[in-house]
Amino acid sequence: MATTDVGWIDAGTRPRPLVDRLQDWVTTVDHKRLGILYVGYGLLFLVIGGIEATILRLQLVRPHNGFVSPQVFNQMFTMHGTTMIFFVAMPLVFGFANYLVPLMIGARDMAFPRLNAFSFWLTAFSGLFLYFSFVGGFGLYGAGTAPDVGWFAYAPLTSKTFSPGHSTDYWTLALLVSGFGSIGTAINIIATIASMRCPGMTLGKMPLLVWLNLVMASLVILAVSPLTAAQIMLLVDRYLGGHFFDTQAGGSAVLWMHFFWVFGHPEVYVLVLPAFAFASEIIPVFSRKAMFGYPVMVAATVAIGFISMSVWAHHMFTVGMTSAGNTFFVLTTMAIAVPTGIKIFNWLATMWGGKIYFKAPMLFCIAFLFQFLIAGLTGVMMSSAPFDWQLGNSYFVVAHFHYVIVGGILFCIFAAFYYWYPKVTGRMYSEALAKLHFWLFVIGFHLTFDSMHVPGLLGMPRRIYTYEPGRGWDTWNFLTTVGVVFQAAGVLAFVFNLVRSYVRGRPAGNDPWDAWTLEWSTTSPPPEYNYATVPVVKSRRPLWDLKHPEDPDWKYE
Amino acid sequence: MSPTSIFAPLSTPAESIFELSILVLAIAAAIFLVVAALLVYSVVKFRRKRNDDGREPAQVYGSLQVELAWTITPVIIVLVLFLASARVVFAVQDAPRTKDSLEVTVVGHQFWWEYRYPGLKVVTANELHVPVGTRTFLNLLSADTDHSFWVPRLAGKTDLIPNHPNGTWIEPRETGLYLGQCAQYCGTQHAKMLLRVYVDSREDFDRWARQQAAAARDDGRVAGGRRVFEQTACINCHTVSGTAANGRFGPDLTHLMSRGTLGAGVVSNTPENLRAWIRRPDDFKPGSLMPPMGLSESQLDAVTAYLSTLQ
Repeated sequence: MATTDVGWIDAGTRPRPLVDRLQDWVTTVDHKRLGILYVGYGLLFLVIGGIEATILRLQLVRPHNGFVSPQVFNQMFTMHGTTMIFFVAMPLVFGFANYLVPLMIGARDMAFPRLNAFSFWLTAFSGLFLYFSFVGGFGLYGAGTAPDVGWFAYAPLTSKTFSPGHSTDYWTLALLVSGFGSIGTAINIIATIASMRCPGMTLGKMPLLVWLNLVMASLVILAVSPLTAAQIMLLVDRYLGGHFFDTQAGGSAVLWMHFFWVFGHPEVYVLVLPAFAFASEIIPVFSRKAMFGYPVMVAATVAIGFISMSVWAHHMFTVGMTSAGNTFFVLTTMAIAVPTGIKIFNWLATMWGGKIYFKAPMLFCIAFLFQFLIAGLTGVMMSSAPFDWQLGNSYFVVAHFHYVIVGGILFCIFAAFYYWYPKVTGRMYSEALAKLHFWLFVIGFHLTFDSMHVPGLLGMPRRIYTYEPGRGWDTWNFLTTVGVVFQAAGVLAFVFNLVRSYVRGRPAGNDPWDAWTLEWSTTSPPPEYNYATVPVVKSRRPLWDLKHPEDPDWKYE
Repeated sequence: MSPTSIFAPLSTPAESIFELSILVLAIAAAIFLVVAALLVYSVVKFRRKRNDDGREPAQVYGSLQVELAWTITPVIIVLVLFLASARVVFAVQDAPRTKDSLEVTVVGHQFWWEYRYPGLKVVTANELHVPVGTRTFLNLLSADTDHSFWVPRLAGKTDLIPNHPNGTWIEPRETGLYLGQCAQYCGTQHAKMLLRVYVDSREDFDRWARQQAAAARDDGRVAGGRRVFEQTACINCHTVSGTAANGRFGPDLTHLMSRGTLGAGVVSNTPENLRAWIRRPDDFKPGSLMPPMGLSESQLDAVTAYLSTLQ
């Protein structure tokens, strides 16, 4: 299509008309372009979700603040959560998977290119649809427009009785449609990995990123399907007189909780496994060592996949399950700490004895290790059901999962941006700006989310638009809000860097990091067909073998 | 000192949780120190040196012994944490009722709390009174959406879910006022669904219960206000025993003036605040389900005077 092979008649003299080039993007089925579309879309919504978070934090900067009304506040936290999970994290994760998986397995595209485009556009339109609620919907008691039932939309608040109008419909339909998009992409990723690997790439020789995305995609199918089913049930309740979740007619609010969290917890691993995937590619390259314990990393990933399907009700320790039921979910939840811990140790062992280069991708990965360690430990604290009776639904939980999603996942995504930016654009980013981004974001992150733990320990529940003075929450909330300024500045530096380097960055070459996986063997940006000849691999690090013919990996694997 | 700190428990279940939480925190802190130290050490020790020769370091692909070590150690830690947690789960959740334990039914409403003492024939709202040193079992129900009862110094939180009866209990050690608030998002005014629990001495509690069980005071001097009250929609939602008002949608007002606050803890219960609340509840609690009744100034004065006699 557009980038490399068309226009040989008068290449460089007359660019094709803008309309044609836009049409190329809209009609593309190229996995790289769809990957870029996914990522661009995720970044756009990252900014929108960030603005919503800023509004929340401005309202909470001091007790009894009047920056926004309770109705607006409730819409903002609902939209912030829904946006960040479904229209930022998921598209970013899918975008990177789309772009990288075929390249890393030596394929020329995904298994189902048109399904790929279809899935992306489903996601894209569902996000736009959700935001259309700001002009098209009505909220609780006709008070609002955008959905205001919280991102996990507990029944019966979503019933017609408590949520008349259409705001909840926008929420449920947006998630229904994006759910189909997610399932489509997940099927595509699995099929691609199963059937499109280049000669020599057995399962045991796939890059870890590919393994982790395989498990991620399997989890998407298992987790998003029940959520999608639950949306249909909710619509049946709202419009066809169903009573699944209608507690006034014998329905069960707890049933919705089970449906939501059997999605919701595996979803955390859907997002975090790709983050682990980035770390598992970046840490070895910048430590100049092979990944320590590759088979164990694969096993731990698969174990996380299985265990993650059995932990969901730890979100429900306070809903009155039996003591035996609670105890079961304590055990499964704590058990998942073991494979996760193994991963952290393996990354540390990879750095051990290496020569660590502190480029931006590695800096973000090191911060990720530190922050994910803390996030994991606060997670273990809450897996202890009695402790969770105090911590659950407090600001401690909010701090914990932002530590996971921002401190863990987003840091790895930033690392991935810098690591693969030269491959995708053919240009090098500015290292100075990237380091500025890193330090601003680290400071902002810790100011915001370290402080946020404390009010939770002091009894502050989540989702309150204002709070009483004199409970020891004021200072911590103030600090939390101050951190937003640094994070916003960091994101500004990041976006500026992406844009500026695209125009002014120096050419990056095929392999700027002296890396070892297949994508670095083709040009930057890769041609539409990825590889002129299909590569053949003999080990997990084909480019290492090429660069070190005297001591190739396949001798040891 | 925060009046809602989970680290200052004064009641049996909260204390059991506190003891467990110290163990969990200690283990988590120890793990953090070890792993963070390893991370810092490797970052400092294995950074690329200025005079690096550019050669690749020795490639190490893994070690089964090492992997086993860092698998088995976490497994043991997890087992310890699990057993410690399970013990507290069973001890707190399955605690038996004692002979002198008190039963209170708590009904969550958008956005206030209803308390019913079946044995004592007491119905009140927003301010729970319990005797010190006694196990009080709270039967948790909801009239509309999900809520959660959370007074951190007394017990962990338990949700109130419609069509799904729950229970929890407290056993306070010291008299005093304990604060908390709804901990499950329940709609527009979730933030101002505050909890106040008064732990009284046995004598004070008995006196309070006797007073609450009595009929409403009927003061002839405020008959005009009572007439306005009874002729307005107030009675559809509120109860004042001995009058035509027997609504159950809003708080029982029979002994309104015995409570310290209005609107589920939003503002102190003074005649001025009461009048302002009746005029426009949204001024204190936008989104509250009590509508402004459109009373004239004189009607407002009369109703306020009447309600102020409901001791």
